[in-house]
Amino acid sequence: MPRWRIPLRAPVVLASAGLLLAGCANPSTGSADDDPTKPVTITFWHGWSAPGEVKAINDSIARFEKLHPNIRVRATGNVSDATVNQALRAGGDEAPDVVSSFTTNNVGQYCDSGMWVDLDPFMKKTGLKKDEVFPRSLLNYTSYQGNQCALPLLADAFGMYYNKDAFKEAGIARPPKTMSEFVADSKKLTEKSGNSYKRVGFMPNFRLYQNSPDRLFAQWGPTYFDKSGKSRLAKEPASYEFFKTARKLVDAQGGYDALEKFRTSFGDEMSNQNAFLSGKLAMHLDGEWRGLMLDDAKAKFDWGVAPLPVPDDQAETYGRGYLTGTVAGIAHSSKHQNAAWELVRFLTADTDQVVKFANAIHNVPSTYAALKSPKLDADPTFRTFLDIAKNKYSQVLPPSTNGGMYIVQLQDFSYSEEAGDVPDLKKGLKRLDRLIDADTLQSKN
Amino acid sequence: MALTLSRPARRRLRTLGFLSPWLIGFSAFFAYPLIATVYFSFMHYNQIKAPTFVGLRNWKYVFQDMPLFGPALWNTLWLVVIMVALRVVFGLSLGLLVTKIKSGVGFFRTAFYLPYLAPPVAATVAFVFLLNPATGPVNEVLGKVGIDGPNWFNDPAWAKPSLVLLSLWGIGDLMVIFMAALLDVPKEQYEAADLDGAGAWSKFRFVTWPSITPIVMFAVVTGVVQTMQYYTQALVAGKIASGVSIGPGSVIQPGYPDHSTLTVPQLVYSMGFQNFNTGAACVLSLVLFVIAMAVTMLLMRKRSGLLAAED
Repeated sequence: MPRWRIPLRAPVVLASAGLLLAGCANPSTGSADDDPTKPVTITFWHGWSAPGEVKAINDSIARFEKLHPNIRVRATGNVSDATVNQALRAGGDEAPDVVSSFTTNNVGQYCDSGMWVDLDPFMKKTGLKKDEVFPRSLLNYTSYQGNQCALPLLADAFGMYYNKDAFKEAGIARPPKTMSEFVADSKKLTEKSGNSYKRVGFMPNFRLYQNSPDRLFAQWGPTYFDKSGKSRLAKEPASYEFFKTARKLVDAQGGYDALEKFRTSFGDEMSNQNAFLSGKLAMHLDGEWRGLMLDDAKAKFDWGVAPLPVPDDQAETYGRGYLTGTVAGIAHSSKHQNAAWELVRFLTADTDQVVKFANAIHNVPSTYAALKSPKLDADPTFRTFLDIAKNKYSQVLPPSTNGGMYIVQLQDFSYSEEAGDVPDLKKGLKRLDRLIDADTLQSKN
Repeated sequence: MALTLSRPARRRLRTLGFLSPWLIGFSAFFAYPLIATVYFSFMHYNQIKAPTFVGLRNWKYVFQDMPLFGPALWNTLWLVVIMVALRVVFGLSLGLLVTKIKSGVGFFRTAFYLPYLAPPVAATVAFVFLLNPATGPVNEVLGKVGIDGPNWFNDPAWAKPSLVLLSLWGIGDLMVIFMAALLDVPKEQYEAADLDGAGAWSKFRFVTWPSITPIVMFAVVTGVVQTMQYYTQALVAGKIASGVSIGPGSVIQPGYPDHSTLTVPQLVYSMGFQNFNTGAACVLSLVLFVIAMAVTMLLMRKRSGLLAAED
């Protein structure tokens, strides 16, 4: 035997063994054989981190534990989707039983990959009729191809915050309702200061805070995929109108470079240096939670809320907006899935709980009964967002097998487009469709 | 039974015994990951369900349909060429400077070495703050002398040069290595050159350079390998400069602005652990591995050529 073979044999054997193990080593699977009336401790990971929000969720858990004295809940806050993903893929005893996410973008991936378990059998077992409890649009964004692996845990609606003092100063009587009014008002509200700005009417740049392109795009009510699941953005007339309007907004206020430079001087979105709060923006796209933050920070100006404007030729849809929300589900690796379901059911479907929690953190309730509840906060700014959530033209994003990858592709494309790097919009959109389809194919088994 | 083994077999066993620490390390940290990476590059695997064979689909996806692969590869190679070259030149210049300084040498050596000790994340955060186009002190100072400063980390054309500036600031490690090499050049060779009437350049060209060539090659090879794995600074700079709030609901895409700071290792992470596209991540890793191997082998050949020339 030649000498060189001696040291090679062992690593090859070891490597092959490792390879075999890699093929077999899938994360542990859980079970739904547990008795939810027996004493048990379950873990719940959520994303809330602000003191008021954490108190609200802890109060909710306390209410649950009072109703189910045998189930203890160990909650961990400020957990991102990335952390949940890693934990569920790694498995182990410390992985959560009940999981939640602040975005609906990844639901398709959670359902399709089997990472979050299908909740339909639990609903059937405990007599919860989902179609009678939750609005259809919210059920759509918590399921993928018939697999209802999540349920809505409060929703978010997006609208427009505006600085009433700035409007008065500029002689504008009411918030804009159409896109052409939007462009004109943005221009009027913009105040220059030397080479930069004192205030911008509406910052259209897609990298600002919540300005992800899909949010404003929702005002046109686009259809992202055709019946066979293929991306159809190049065929969608709304795509062209949307980018044209975004360009008009940019041009009316001094151009992309100037706006982008101004944007980099803004403080953190969730801090008191937020650009709308500090008066650098006269109009601002944001979710319903911002109202509480503006009150807490004692904004130095009078502010109001309104739905975002709609395209001139779709005036009848005024009042619509982009909808998303927090979702909750059960981890595939949970060994106490029936007990976990009791918590999910309580948090998402118990009317009293949903109303109390919605009032506490100023989010939109996600059940029919809670939306109609007289106990719901009567604050008119909050009510504006409730109306956006109820509007029949409001849009949720369609779930896809790879989560929000098509949104990421749309974002990337939009960044290039707004920077003026897409010379031919039609060609660019066709390429975008091709890339989204390639991502979809890549994610399929 | 050991006693019944033949002599050659016993010898082989003994050899294996002595080799075992290396064998275990090699198998666990090199051979297994490499073979597993090749294996998964042909599989669809989302790290939950069992992997399924998909042939060349992942390879086709990376080379044909992944728009970020081109920019990531370009950025990585750009950084390898520009950053490594500038680091070597700058490190060597500083090394020469601190070996020639007559007084206050301790102060200068410490001053140049200290930035290297700053943790990469902290150093990057500080640089993004210093170079903030609207509020940073650097542009403020530039403005005072009549220069309209660039957008630094917020401008695709300036983001990579900004990262290079950051790496030059932390050049202390290379400076120390070059300093040691420069102090090691035999003094009598300089004396002989002096007798021959050589000037400063001739002395550097014919005495210093040949003596430090192996160290320069070492700096280049390790620099290339390190820069191929460039990840932390680019990711942190992009995240902070973009101003996106890093909350539980936000998904941060690396490469801000306009993918100008996206490197292949970031793309591997993003594919493998954000999108759970294990197959594509493995393909990207293999591409990076092949390039790193090829460049290193080329440099090592060059190095042996240089050493032969010295002899």
